[in-house]
Amino acid sequence: MAATQEEIVAGLAEIVNEIAGIPVEDVQLDKSFTDDLDVDSLSMVEVVVAAEERFDVKIPDEDVKNLKTVGDATDYILKHQG
Amino acid sequence: MSKIKPSKGAPYARILGVGGYRPTRVVPNEVILEKIDSSDEWIRSRSGIETRHWASPEETVAAMSVEASGKAIADAGIDAGQIGAVVVSTVSHFSQTPAVATEIADRLGTNKAAAFDISAGCAGFGYGLTLAKGMIVEGSAEYVLVIGVERLSDLTDLEDRATAFLFGDGAGAVVVGPSQEPAIGPTVWGSEGDKAQTIKQTVSWDRFRTGDLSELPLDSAGNVKFPAITQEGQAVFRWAVFEMAKVAQQALDAAGISPGDLDVFIPHQANVRIIDSMVKTLKLPEHVTVARDIRTTGNTSAASIPLAMERLLATGEAKSGDTALVIGFGAGLVYAATVVTLP
Ligand SMILES: CC(C)(COP(=O)(O)OP(=O)(O)OC[C@H]1O[C@@H](n2cnc3c(N)ncnc32)[C@H](O)[C@@H]1OP(=O)(O)O)[C@@H](O)C(=O)NCCC(=O)NCCS
Repeated sequence: MAATQEEIVAGLAEIVNEIAGIPVEDVQLDKSFTDDLDVDSLSMVEVVVAAEERFDVKIPDEDVKNLKTVGDATDYILKHQG
Repeated sequence: MSKIKPSKGAPYARILGVGGYRPTRVVPNEVILEKIDSSDEWIRSRSGIETRHWASPEETVAAMSVEASGKAIADAGIDAGQIGAVVVSTVSHFSQTPAVATEIADRLGTNKAAAFDISAGCAGFGYGLTLAKGMIVEGSAEYVLVIGVERLSDLTDLEDRATAFLFGDGAGAVVVGPSQEPAIGPTVWGSEGDKAQTIKQTVSWDRFRTGDLSELPLDSAGNVKFPAITQEGQAVFRWAVFEMAKVAQQALDAAGISPGDLDVFIPHQANVRIIDSMVKTLKLPEHVTVARDIRTTGNTSAASIPLAMERLLATGEAKSGDTALVIGFGAGLVYAATVVTLP
């Protein structure tokens, strides 16, 4: 069953917490991964790999750089999830 | 049909000794920053690298190999004359004929040991170890010297900010010999040639033969750039953290070893961030010693695993008889992982 927007944000929050140690409540739609959440380019690759597995989506390298905020990633997953 | 007598090998194989050679010149990040727009902080946080060693003209691929091998042979407690084969993994020996392994075998004083080079990038140590194990168990050599050696500084474009800080030089060697107990597990290895373009040489050597160098990249002084290693960093990073953790797990499963049974983890030293991610994915317990030799050695490709192994044993962080998971991965893309008992 496809995940809802709320479930995706909650899932991303857990992933970001696991990888970058950011409190889950800080992970909000308008937050930028690099500027607000301390997720650098390599941590972002790890976030993407974890999100692919969790939400059954494929996020190719060339799309990763467009995912600036948690909202961008959530929209992408909503649109592409299997 | 005539009957052919088969060869007779040892029941199992084990690593009996390890040795390393690090070039005398230590190169801190400040030197790298002379040619690229970056910072010490960025290099440390994205790769873990603080310093690396660069070889002088005298510290050739053969010279570094002889030094490392001499230590490995002494550590194994054998005589060079007992070595039946010398396997050298390198991508940075610039004379293809003859193989550098023959010169090394001769300089070490082996008794006409079989000697050859292999090209398996950063998986070279695992490939060589697998060949050595096969030779010993099959009976074509009693002792095999496996060497990983690189002068990657010769293949580094110091003006390329994506790779200038990554690579280092050095040699690592192990002596593999007979054992009554299994001490090298099954190898999980393979290649993914569909990803060949993700780590490659900028220009192939034969471009220099045609004489037409007009379209080749120039350095800031206007000279044609020597071929260098280039890579799609993020694609390789993703492959390493995602696919290589699986391969490492398969090697543990194949050897019947759980993360809790493990004492030491020695992954190829490509990036400390890859190492940290693998440790997390594999759920390695606190007690497992993890090699992070990259900090002061950089990425030395085929040499990285034996160099890291030697350092852990020398500092006492690991000890003889410990169970270690080793995994190499790199250009090809190729990979090889196995569980070994440390010498
Ligand atoms: C090489 C590696 C550290 C580069 O990190 P990266 O995050 O992929 O780097 P990117 O090229 O995506 O750049 C990310 C950002 O850092 C910047 N950057 C790149 N190189 C930089 C440098 N040397 N110094 C400072 N900043 C740099 C980029 O401009 C970019 O900034 P932006 O987001 O503002 O545009 C990383 O990709 C890596 O280690 N990959 C694995 C490679 C490997 O191990 N290969 C060998 C296997 S054997």
